[in-house]
Amino acid sequence: MRTQQQTEDEILNLAAEQFKVPRASLSPSDDFFKKLDIDSLQALSLLTRLEQHFQVELPDYELQGVTDFRTLAERIQSRL
Amino acid sequence: MNSYSGNAISWAVEDGAIELALHREPCNELGTQSLAEFEKFIAALPALEEHAHALLIYSQLNSGFSAGADLRETYYRTQQLEKEAAVRSVRESLERTHNVMNRLDASPLTTIAAVHGVTFGGGLELALTCDLIIADKTARFAFPELRLGLIPGFGGVPRLKRDLGNAVVRDLLLTGRSFNVTKAQQIGLVSQVVAEGHVLRVARATAAQIGKFHRPTSAAAKKFIKPIPYDELRREIEIFCELFAQPAVEAGLRKFVESTDALPYLP
Repeated sequence: MRTQQQTEDEILNLAAEQFKVPRASLSPSDDFFKKLDIDSLQALSLLTRLEQHFQVELPDYELQGVTDFRTLAERIQSRL
Repeated sequence: MNSYSGNAISWAVEDGAIELALHREPCNELGTQSLAEFEKFIAALPALEEHAHALLIYSQLNSGFSAGADLRETYYRTQQLEKEAAVRSVRESLERTHNVMNRLDASPLTTIAAVHGVTFGGGLELALTCDLIIADKTARFAFPELRLGLIPGFGGVPRLKRDLGNAVVRDLLLTGRSFNVTKAQQIGLVSQVVAEGHVLRVARATAAQIGKFHRPTSAAAKKFIKPIPYDELRREIEIFCELFAQPAVEAGLRKFVESTDALPYLP
């Protein structure tokens, strides 16, 4: 079972790779829309990538109001 | 017209397969322009079908297959009209769209939707007219219409009911949630899943395989196993128009159009 911190790290790694930003520039408390400079369609693409990586289904309504990596990691943790 | 290059769609015949490309930025929203060009395609289709064995529909945009109906255009067009005239305008648009979708559904060719990225609402409804849906790993599907106070209007629910179990249809429709390609294959919506960027190649390979078969036999098999739910499609138009007259719809459309929310595509 992953820890919350491991999940956060893996999310940050995936986000850095997908949107080609330096991994070191990302932290769990960041607003991922602002930090990655992404729109809603790109956010859906990230969600798809995360679901595949963690092998979970994450209904997008659970992400309403979620803008930071840490809360995103919590939502994923709850389905692992 | 063997080939055509429009603002929203283009088509050409390649190796016996009609390739219909969607390319209206930002994500192939289906509006007046797209509909007019699809009607041109439908008019050209009988002649094209004589020399082809398959029809492929795909998107040339990175963002996805299609984000569905052009809600902004619908909102601004109907805002200028009295309520009754607005509903008439929507009905006319739905009738024309259903004519296009029904003709695609009924084509004697074997039809393939090659999808990636966002495949929402009307985009999913377009894919559902096809015999096969091949998707890459970026594909994401949804019927988010209920958040606008509407049901899908381009034939989506009758076609989804035809193809999938009712419990699945209820889940997708009543929650409006989007789902990835793994789920889409689990529920039987998608026939093949391929790596990112390979969907058109695999769709072409599938079309080439289909081309080996006796065309009249393939057409007869399709007609036998793929009924078109015309009565439910008619009912869908009626329900959609009844709902469109409700104040909740105007409020829902306005909220979407004016949204500065970071996630306007999510239910």
